[in-house]
Amino acid sequence: MFESLSERLDSAFKSLKGEGRITELNIAATVKEIRRALIDADVNYKIAKEFTDKVKDAVLGEKVITAISPGQLMTKIVKDELTELMGGNEVELNAKGNPAIILIAGLQGSGKTTFSGKLANYLKGKKGFSPMLVAADIYRPAAIDQLKVLGGQIGVDVYSEPENKDAVSIAQNAVKEAKTRNKNVLIIDTAGRLAVDEVMMTEVANVKNAVNPQEILFVVDSMTGQDAVNTAKAFNDRLNFSGVVLTKLDGDTRGGAALSIKYTVDKPIKFISSGEKMDTLDVFYPERMAQRILGMGDITTLVEKA
Amino acid sequence: QQTKENFLSKITKAIAGKSTVDEEVLDNLEEALVGADVGIDTTVQIIERIETRVAKDKYLNTTELNNILQQEIEAMLVDAPSANSYAFDSELPSKPYVIMVVGVNGVGKTTTIGKLAHNFKKAGKNVLLGAADTFRAAAVDQLTIWSERAGVPIVKQDMGSDPAAVAFDTVQSGVSRGSDVILIDTAGRLHNKAHLMDELSKIRRVMQKVIPDAPHEVLLVLDGSTGQNALEQAKHFTAATDVTALAITKLDGTAKGGVVLAIANQFKIPVKFIGVGEKMEDLLVFNKHEFVDSLFNLEK
Ligand SMILES: Nc1nc2c(ncn2[C@@H]2O[C@H](COP(=O)(O)OP(=O)(O)OP(=O)(O)O)[C@@H](O)[C@H]2O)c(=O)[nH]1
Ligand SMILES: Nc1nc2c(ncn2[C@@H]2O[C@H](COP(=O)(O)OP(=O)(O)OP(=O)(O)O)[C@@H](O)[C@H]2O)c(=O)[nH]1
Ligand SMILES: [Mg+2]
Ligand SMILES: [Mg+2]
Repeated sequence: MFESLSERLDSAFKSLKGEGRITELNIAATVKEIRRALIDADVNYKIAKEFTDKVKDAVLGEKVITAISPGQLMTKIVKDELTELMGGNEVELNAKGNPAIILIAGLQGSGKTTFSGKLANYLKGKKGFSPMLVAADIYRPAAIDQLKVLGGQIGVDVYSEPENKDAVSIAQNAVKEAKTRNKNVLIIDTAGRLAVDEVMMTEVANVKNAVNPQEILFVVDSMTGQDAVNTAKAFNDRLNFSGVVLTKLDGDTRGGAALSIKYTVDKPIKFISSGEKMDTLDVFYPERMAQRILGMGDITTLVEKA
Repeated sequence: QQTKENFLSKITKAIAGKSTVDEEVLDNLEEALVGADVGIDTTVQIIERIETRVAKDKYLNTTELNNILQQEIEAMLVDAPSANSYAFDSELPSKPYVIMVVGVNGVGKTTTIGKLAHNFKKAGKNVLLGAADTFRAAAVDQLTIWSERAGVPIVKQDMGSDPAAVAFDTVQSGVSRGSDVILIDTAGRLHNKAHLMDELSKIRRVMQKVIPDAPHEVLLVLDGSTGQNALEQAKHFTAATDVTALAITKLDGTAKGGVVLAIANQFKIPVKFIGVGEKMEDLLVFNKHEFVDSLFNLEK
């Protein structure tokens, strides 16, 4: 994949041969190729444009180094910019409190319940944490059962009230229960909802206001396309979430949604989820994600070799 | 509506009297189509078609351009072969008619099955569900609730049992009960996992021991908010199971599902159903015209 992008960039750079410096004119085709690569990776159309314009401004006037191919040079610059953009303000998960409350929210089927289980499992393995899962999805058929099965697999308690049709009071009761059960981290799994669903967005905002979570994690499917921007913005407007979780990265998606979201709401990506099993949770590496979006192998070694 | 007209009139102004489409038009069309997840390749293809038409037809006004756009895009959305087309209340091409539902994780397979069951049942058909997702936590419980909602029977085994065996049982049971429609739920799986794709081929083969030409329909469910990766999904699921139709879910949100344009065009698979909510009633039979219209519906 890296080869193909850098080859494309090299051929776009052909016109540059013999010219000493990068100018607006001689870089146009290259910028277009990069933009295209980003859009193919599902980076939002407008963001791809803004991003490549920025990269272009950064390289204007630079000397064309002949030692390595201009395509590779350009790819490296893009990758570095992208890495920087995806990283920055790296913040640890805040699980301090008694109990600390972590609210999980996102679209339908994005992987919230599975992630809730994984996070509970992750925290359980850390010293000083005693997590409890809270089943606050009162809509999806068998949502409680699903969370209970996961809780059973990892040996973590699941708090649920099958007869209660009010997510807010379930969450509030769970907080009280945590104290009696001596649990110091609550992970609240909520129902999937669309950003345009006013009633459902109000519900999750009400849960937030009622229990005051330390962390609100927005869970997003890494295969999401152009709409990632709208959704992230809408959820952030309502919840002011503290972090993002990217799921299903065990697939072969390039995952440009990650860039779109970071660019739009500027919240840290705190975890990546890459599998259906409870131990497939990872912290986020900006550089790997940048490479993935650009569809490259390990570009650094390639460039260093050149 | 406002935005749509602006967009179209911009294009019209830019193309009027010219035989080629200029940069501005390209940008506008690109923005609308790419922003709807249509993808660059397909977008370029659409633009080229428009260019050809414009050069030939010398159209004049917005309405005509609108029509050309609609026509060209609709032409990319193939129809089901007659052997494979049906309505809920019409006689099905075979009895029982076996529909196997496949797709990546969390796209809406189980929910779509619940909705299909409801629709077939309402149209007077005998429906049977097969819970061949024995893997995902509480998958069988979830499908059981849908079977109760729709009021149709279900064949199931314990979690962790062989999904092919469940599918086999279901088809056999459907034959002896005289079911009209059999809906087989399968576990979500990412298309790049070869062993899981093989499992799907196996489920398919095992059903053929009971009914040689089953499944009659392999419905690939795509999440409407998925981007270009849906093309890979279509490619690999088709390779493993000969997908015959697509369902696009979650179109009640702001996502447009434009990637199905590329899929339909490239793999010649028709879109049959659209999911527009989480309730039993929230399933629509796909309508090309309305779908294309919604691609250009930029407000919200
Ligand atoms: N391959 C893979 N599958 C995942 C991952 N995360 C979740 N899944 C699967 O995706 C599907 C949906 O996951 P859920 O956890 O049920 O998603 P959800 O957001 O809770 O769904 P709703 O509650 O219905 O909105 C399930 O089949 C999960 O097993 C992941 O990282 N990789
Ligand atoms: N808004 C909306 N939600 C939908 C639609 N279709 C399904 N859903 C929701 O999406 C989530 C996942 O749906 P499922 O039917 O469990 O998806 P699945 O493909 O069977 O998932 P796995 O079996 O885990 O791979 C659930 O919360 C559904 O209610 C739809 O058309 N619109
Ligand atoms: Mg859930
Ligand atoms: Mg399912």
